[in-house]
Parts: sequence; C-alpha cells; structure tokens
Amino acid sequence: MSMSGLTLLYTLLFYLATLLFLAGVGYRIYLYSRTPAPLKIPTTPAPTTGVGVAMRMARELVLFESLFKSNKWIWIFGWMFHFGLFLVLARHLRYFTQPVWGWVVLIQPFGKYASFLMVAGLLGLWARRFLVDRVRYISTPSDHLMLALLVGIGLSGMSMSFVDHTDIISLKAFVLGLMYFDWQPLPADPLLLVHLFLVATLMIVFPVSKLLHAPGVFFSPTRNQIDNPREARHLAPWAAQLEK
Amino acid sequence: MAAPEFDVPKLKGYIEIPSIRPGAMEGIKSFEANEKIQEALGYPGKLVDGWEQKAVNKMGEMLRKYRSLQVFLDACVHCGACTDKCHYYLGTSDPKNMPVARQDLLRQVYRRYFTLPGKLFPKLVGARDISKEVLDDWYSYYHQCSECRRCSVYCPYGIDTAEITMAAREIMDSVGLGQKYTNEILGKAQRIGNNLGMPGPALEDTLAGFEEDVEADTGVAVKFPIDVKGAEVLLVTPSADFFAEPHVESLIGYAKVFHAAGISWTLSSHASEAGNFGLFQGSYENMRKVAMRIRDAALELGVKRIVVGECGHAWRVAYSFWNTLTGVGAGAEDKYAQMLQKQLDHSYPQPSHICEVTLDLVKRGAIALDKEANDHRIVTFHDSCNVSRGSRMGNIPGGQFIIPRELIRSAVNHYHDMAPGTTHEATFCCGGGGGLLTDDLIEVRVKGASPRANALKDVVDNHGVNFLALICAICKSQFTKVLPYYGFDMSMVGGVHQLVSTAIRLGAKE
Repeated sequence: MSMSGLTLLYTLLFYLATLLFLAGVGYRIYLYSRTPAPLKIPTTPAPTTGVGVAMRMARELVLFESLFKSNKWIWIFGWMFHFGLFLVLARHLRYFTQPVWGWVVLIQPFGKYASFLMVAGLLGLWARRFLVDRVRYISTPSDHLMLALLVGIGLSGMSMSFVDHTDIISLKAFVLGLMYFDWQPLPADPLLLVHLFLVATLMIVFPVSKLLHAPGVFFSPTRNQIDNPREARHLAPWAAQLEK
Repeated sequence: MAAPEFDVPKLKGYIEIPSIRPGAMEGIKSFEANEKIQEALGYPGKLVDGWEQKAVNKMGEMLRKYRSLQVFLDACVHCGACTDKCHYYLGTSDPKNMPVARQDLLRQVYRRYFTLPGKLFPKLVGARDISKEVLDDWYSYYHQCSECRRCSVYCPYGIDTAEITMAAREIMDSVGLGQKYTNEILGKAQRIGNNLGMPGPALEDTLAGFEEDVEADTGVAVKFPIDVKGAEVLLVTPSADFFAEPHVESLIGYAKVFHAAGISWTLSSHASEAGNFGLFQGSYENMRKVAMRIRDAALELGVKRIVVGECGHAWRVAYSFWNTLTGVGAGAEDKYAQMLQKQLDHSYPQPSHICEVTLDLVKRGAIALDKEANDHRIVTFHDSCNVSRGSRMGNIPGGQFIIPRELIRSAVNHYHDMAPGTTHEATFCCGGGGGLLTDDLIEVRVKGASPRANALKDVVDNHGVNFLALICAICKSQFTKVLPYYGFDMSMVGGVHQLVSTAIRLGAKE
C-alpha cells in the first residue's frame, strides 16, 4: 500500500525518536558506568552490605525516601506524577502487545484514571515554580517547557480517553506496524497527532536533558556505595596509577 | 570584640526559612593565595593566560575522573528540595547559597561546553559562557560552602554539593586562583607535618608543658609521648589540640584515657596533623600526600593501632579515604601498605576514632568515670557534619551518633539533645568547615552559624544547657569565635574528651 504523507512523517519521526532515545540514554549509561568514583562517598548513615544498598536504592526509587525527608509538597506532587506516569505507561503496553498481557488488561481502569494523578502532580510542581520564591529563582525556561511538554502529553492523552475517542484499532495497527516493519496508516485525528508529536519530542530531548535523573539515580555514588571503607579497599584505576 | 560590620541574625530559638535576597553576599571574597603558596602545591602562581579554555579543559578532565561530578551535573531537575537546607542560605538569604543555585554556577558552564542543548540554545537551558564574571561568582560562592553534605541527605538523587564545590575549587586552583587559607595550610602540612607549621622540637616543648600542668593539677604523672618507637597506639590528632583552647583540654583527656587504661601510645612529629585540607580543595593527589605521612609515621614507629583524635574532616578522610589513599585498612596490594597491614592489629578497626576507643574501655571497665565530677555542666552535643554524613563509628550504620552520645552520658549526669532536624544526619554545620575558618570570611561564618545557634538557644533557654560538646577542631574554633556574636559565653564550648578528662579516675593503675 502507499503511505500518506502524514503516516510517512510520523513513521519516520518515531523511528528517529526511538533511535535517538535508545542511543542517547544508552551512551549516557555507558558513560556513567565507565566513569570511576575514586573515593567512598556514601551519604552516611549508609548500609554496610550490598543487600542494604539494594534496599536503600529501592526505597529511593519507589518511595522517594530522601525527598520525603526533605519537603512534603514536592514529595506528594512528585510521587503523584511518577506513580501516575508508571500506571499510564503500563496501561499503554496494550498498544504494543497482541494479545494484550493479562496484567495489562487488569490495570486498564487504574491506568486510565492515573492520568489525573499524573497531571495533578505536574500542575502542583509547576505551581511551585511560580509560588515559591526560591524555586522561582532556580527555574529556567527549559524547566517550564519540560512541564508544559508533560502536561501537554497528559492532557492530549486524557482527551482521547475521556472526551473524544480516537480510532484506537487503527492506532494499534500503526504501532504494531512500526514494531514489525509492516507499516500501517495513522488515523489523522488532531488530538492523536498532537499527543504522538509531543511524545516523540520527549523521547528526543530525554538523553540531553534533566530527564537523565532517571538513569542517573542508579549511578549516584552517595546512594549506591556500601559503607565499608575500613574493611574493603576501594581504588579507581586512575588512582591506582599513582601508586606505581 | 569589635562591633561587627554586618547584621548578626536575631536568634528565635527555632529556624525560619527566609525569603530570597539576591546579591546579599555578592561582595564576599576570601583572600587569594599568593604565588609562593600556589606554586608550593604545584599550581600556577596567578591566573594564567587563556584560563577560560584551560578551566573548561580541566572540567572535562574531572568529568572523566569523577562519576559524582558527571552524574550530579546531569541529574538535577531543579525540584527545589535542597533550597532551604543550607545553613549559609538560612543565615544569609542569598539565593546563590541555595545548594542547587551554588551547583548551577558550575552546571551553567558544564551545559554550555559539554551538552548539546547548552551549545545550541544556551538561554533556554540556563547555560553560560565562561567569563571573569562567572569566575568571580565561583570564587565567592564556592568559598561560602563548607562541604558539609547536608544538601546530599535531602536530594532525591543524592547530589552532594560538596563534590561540586571541590571540583570548582580544583578547577580554579589549576588555572592559578586559589584560596590563601586552605592552600597555605596545606603547604605547611605537606612540608612540615602539621597545619601550624610547628616543628618537632616546639611540639616536644609544648607536650612537656602539658605533663607538668597535668601533674600539678592531678598529682599523677600522665605522659604525652612523641616519636616513641614500639608504642601500641599512634594518635593522630588535629594540631589545634596542641595549642588552642578548648582543644587542649581534649588532648589532656586522651592522654588520661591512655594512662588510666595502661595503653602505650605516641604522637608523631612527622605526622602531627589529622586535619587534611586536601579534602577542602577536592584534590586527590594533595589529600594523598598528607595521608601518606601518617602511613610513613606508623611504619617508622611500628605501632599496632592508629587512633584519630577529635576532628571532623580528619575523621572523614581517615575513616572513608585512608584505606583508599594509603592502604591502611585491608585489601591493599603495594609493598608498604602490605607491610603496614601486617604490622597493625586487626582485632581493632583501623583506623579507630578516639570515641570508639574510649567508650570501649569504659564498657570493658578498663577505665572508670565519675559522672558527679561533671555535675556543674548541663551538656548538649553538636553532631559534626563530616562525622555525621561522611563517616561512621562502630559496626552499625549511625554508630557515629550513638557512640559519642553514649560516651558523654557515661561521663555526665545532665544531657539534652538539641531539636530533631538539627542533629544526627540532619545536623547543621558549625559554619566554619571546609576551608572557611578564616577571619576574611567572618561574616559568612557568623551568619552560617545561625541555624545551630538557634537550636542551641532553645536548649539553653529551656534546659539550662551550659556546655556544647564537640568532636571537631574546626567546630571548636568556630564556635569559640562566633557564639559570642549571639550572646553566648565562649567558655561553654568544649570537647567530648574534656568531659572525659574531668570525670576520669586516675591513679588506679599506678
């Protein structure tokens, strides 16, 4: 079949976005894992075993433990957004799988309504950028644009879920077509086009933006190091050269 | 005390988050190191030609050597969680003293030269060209950070501004812009063996004086040995313990503990300094040189144990870094490190903190403390930042909070903690750490001490506290100097081993 210009454009856009996202984030992960941490700098008190560190990291990732200690407003808004996003993304797996996995079917209603949680969290975080003088001071234009982008993705998606349904069957065919290189037409629904365009934009800016906090948190030496410097020697390769 | 040329914050007994006052501390500039000081450390004597590009290159080099720097410059999302956590922000209201804004001074330049959006759209992402204006900001605000790591406790990604400050100082040093206070002292420690530049004979005289004083005072011949080969313990303590008040009182306390327990010990004239100012600069090589003197002394004297006196930054370097830098703990491969490891008695943690040693002796009944001797004192304890957030004592996480408190409680009857949120890992820096303990930064020091002074006022007013117990030489010097600005008597400042010194029963083993 011949592709419409629109389908061609979005097909290429998503291949490009996926490529840049994977290559960019992959390179960043490679860079972080390759760069040594020459000194033991866990923020103490810190776990003294590997299992303890895994637990600490898990609490940071799931509960945002440090943020909870820090500021309850940022914690509640931040957690609402991230937890909402997690459910929404999980729900979206239904567009990438055929047949749809059982647990994805199960969380479908939660995933739909989690979008409210997600957008409310984002709006709360955004409000702080205006209302709290300290946060206003540190906010750059890109901080506002990033929030606008995420809110835009949320609102356009919610509009299709709750207000004006798009042709979801065709959309899924389009997505599966991308995955299996069997390209299918994309419905020319303005809400859908906006939603997909913003998502592709997010994927492209991810590896060069502050969204790198997602891979970065795994490599943070103040969080992922074991507190055992007296028992085990920690030496970076470049530091070992100094002993020669 | 001359009237201060700045407003001293009014104490309320609790901590308030101020509104921002941009530029409030902009003019602050610590004295710069001269050519002689800089060159002694291998740095250019003055700002080099083409420093802009050289600074960017140095940043690139450090990004490859320090994962902390690379990840921390990338990961910040400007959430604002750290903005009210720094004692210098709370005390000065200058927004550039908010941890995130302090980091951004470096991050802006990182973005401009090392990230695509910063190269393409600098304004959009807040990227900045390197310039004299940027350098002035760096010099000013990276010397208004005491590297206390309080922000790193609260950051959801563990971003530690201390790592950023250290990197910035190292970059500035590498292009010829260093701070007089830190670099002059570091040069002395590397050349002579202590931060005061006090040579061996002067030290021997001083110690002989203490022996006379303590004997006159107690009737017991407590020794202050130095360079004694074959002693069991090498004590490495901040050189302030040899001359400054109230530091000396703690040194007397350590000597009494070793005496009463019958442990042979010695100081070293070669390594007569625990405080390692290489930490302040963030220079691995400089920190290693100072640490190496201690390994040399331990090998030379043939000691079985290395014990560190009351000094916060020293303990962080000793506990967290000595094994890495010199192989003093376990697992090193080079010849001298292995010799040292064979020589040391590994039934004790190496190195040990003096509080670990003393509390262990108390618990084993090897020494006895009479709490009543301290009944005139109502005590509170200030958790020193580098001990609290950069090290540990004992064998469980948080031992650095438990052990000093247990030791104090075994030496006194009256003890009150300061308010939660100002102690343990949430402790506020004294305001003088990380290379800021210099008179040219007195305004920063006084204002930075205000959160601690507020918490102290609360226990003074409500519990009659009259003694602030410390385990850090810089905390002792800083509080002695700045607490009077807030109306406190400087004599309320003292060491944990000063309390031990008062309470310890001597002579039982004579």
